[in-house]
Amino acid sequence: MSVVHVDSVGLTGPGLASWREALAVLAGADAYRDAEVARSAPELLPANERRRVSATVKLALKVAEEAMRGASLSMERACSVFATRDGDTEIIDKICEALLLPERPVSPTQFHNSVHNAAAGYWAIAARSAMPSTTVSAYHASFAAGLLEACAQLRVEGRPVLLVAYDYPPPVTLEASVGAYPPFAVAMLLSPEATSQSIAVDVETVTREPVQPMDCAALERLRVGNPAAGSLPLLRALARGAATRVILPHVNGLQVAVRFP
Amino acid sequence: MMPADALTISAYSLVNALGRGARASFDALEARRGGLRPCDFEDADLDTWIGRVEGLEDEPLGGDLATFDCRNNRLARLALEQDGFAARVSRSAARYGSERIGVFVGTSTSGVHQTELAYRHRDPASGALPAEFSYLGTQNMMSVAEFTRRYLGLEGQVMSVSTACSSSAKVFASAYRHIRAGFCDAAVVGGVDSLCFSTLYGFASLGLVSGRPCRPWDAARDGMNIGEGAGFALLERQPEDAAGVALLGYGESSDAYHMSSPHPEGAGAAAAMRSALASAGLAAADIDYINLHGTATEANDASEDRAVVEIFGPDLPCSSTKGWTGHTLGAAGIIETLFAVGAIERGFIPGTLNSERLDPALSAHVLLDNRSAPVKRVLSNSFGFGGSNCSLVLGGAA
Repeated sequence: MSVVHVDSVGLTGPGLASWREALAVLAGADAYRDAEVARSAPELLPANERRRVSATVKLALKVAEEAMRGASLSMERACSVFATRDGDTEIIDKICEALLLPERPVSPTQFHNSVHNAAAGYWAIAARSAMPSTTVSAYHASFAAGLLEACAQLRVEGRPVLLVAYDYPPPVTLEASVGAYPPFAVAMLLSPEATSQSIAVDVETVTREPVQPMDCAALERLRVGNPAAGSLPLLRALARGAATRVILPHVNGLQVAVRFP
Repeated sequence: MMPADALTISAYSLVNALGRGARASFDALEARRGGLRPCDFEDADLDTWIGRVEGLEDEPLGGDLATFDCRNNRLARLALEQDGFAARVSRSAARYGSERIGVFVGTSTSGVHQTELAYRHRDPASGALPAEFSYLGTQNMMSVAEFTRRYLGLEGQVMSVSTACSSSAKVFASAYRHIRAGFCDAAVVGGVDSLCFSTLYGFASLGLVSGRPCRPWDAARDGMNIGEGAGFALLERQPEDAAGVALLGYGESSDAYHMSSPHPEGAGAAAAMRSALASAGLAAADIDYINLHGTATEANDASEDRAVVEIFGPDLPCSSTKGWTGHTLGAAGIIETLFAVGAIERGFIPGTLNSERLDPALSAHVLLDNRSAPVKRVLSNSFGFGGSNCSLVLGGAA
């Protein structure tokens, strides 16, 4: 068991424009209404870097910025864990296309943006944070893997961790292989100690307990479709604020249980 | 990390351009026999040298694991087959339970070469990729970690770490934390990266590859060579056989400077090294040798030099082994960590192959020739795109 304190949240997904705007829907007070995810520009990146970032990185930075705006801790102090199953498929597609041309003209900017930790690298620049950052991947369980890595960091190193999970839909050539899903990203600032606004949760690994679906069919499709939306049952519990136990799917029939005392 | 918390490396395996198995690597390092060759990777047409592992083309994965068949996972299997590694993991699985051994594998490009090949064979009418292309089995970052878990018959935690060229150094830190947090009792950590067109042409587009074998710290250094390789290690708190080199500490940092250029003053590199020393409870003077990231690019070596000299001064023996293997990217962290283990076990410090005249603008004590000397503690550096830095401290178990 590992007690962590959720200080703030950032969220974006179809019909869930931000954590603040999504609270009523996730708490069950308002009905869910599907809507496209609006494009956004990262606010904290210097202009020369902002020009270089892809839609995937923008999605990740948007929720990181929202979480840090609502945080009671400073950005520079937080370590970060980024979790994504598919990384940046748009960049992979462009590089694979370039490799089909004579001379194979791979763009240097696209190449350095192709690393799985691109969003983490841009976030460090945006937040001016020299703190450790890692980027993990674990298929459909990428959010759960990121949560466990963040909890392990909190437990062992005792520093706040910004957890950011995101997945952006693939371009058309890769759609049949990767799967089609809408964009979704979530960020949570986790603290080893209680803050003035934090909610405490216990995180543990368990085996073979049933995963709880979302009540709303559209949100359930989202949860199953986008790996980052695997966080939805946890977000629902955070929005409702009542004592509960959330089961998130992990790997190999393992689950991650998050208990709200 | 307190000394009592150190994790023992109770088994390890290696494959790279120097050959199959740890012994092939250590023998080649001692004999100063490099593994680089003029680029002969498939139909790549680049004026550079590479560190290619022979035979991968002819050894497909079959049976239950056929869906994972790609150059990267073939390379992973080849490493898992070496040095009695898989058998040693099986013994530990019997001891802890197969669900209590975590798997943490670092890679930068996973099996993206399979996607590159699939794009060559798209349906001319629809543009569709070939039906047999398995994205989740090959290109996806988790592919090599899941392949490793299945190959070893483990049933616990598994994830990949992908932070470019620091990936398989950072798996040691993640594994340590997961064990300390109680999420697993022991861990298999690994790093696997294989040749592909994306990295060969990508690094070429950045002007970072050399047309000859790379020369770290040389005044005339002009870039790196891409290599491929894989390494695995079993980390335990209290192995049955207490002998073995231990992970004494780790340090991580972010440059927060640029996606592909290191901080010119090496601020991020220095932060990672300081943090690794602090985590090991050691002072700079306790380190006997540094295995440098040492890619032989103008910028990396200049930046790393400043950071090393700032912390360790100009007298500590250092070297880069990239002239033997090439830069194995996401596998470099663990491969060079295991070279550090070899240095401790065999009592020798590898020099820096190919380099002839050290850059007078650089001050670190970079060895060109090998040296026989007792080595107790080594620091190994790995730095990646996105400004991701990781330093590890290895040493004899306490």
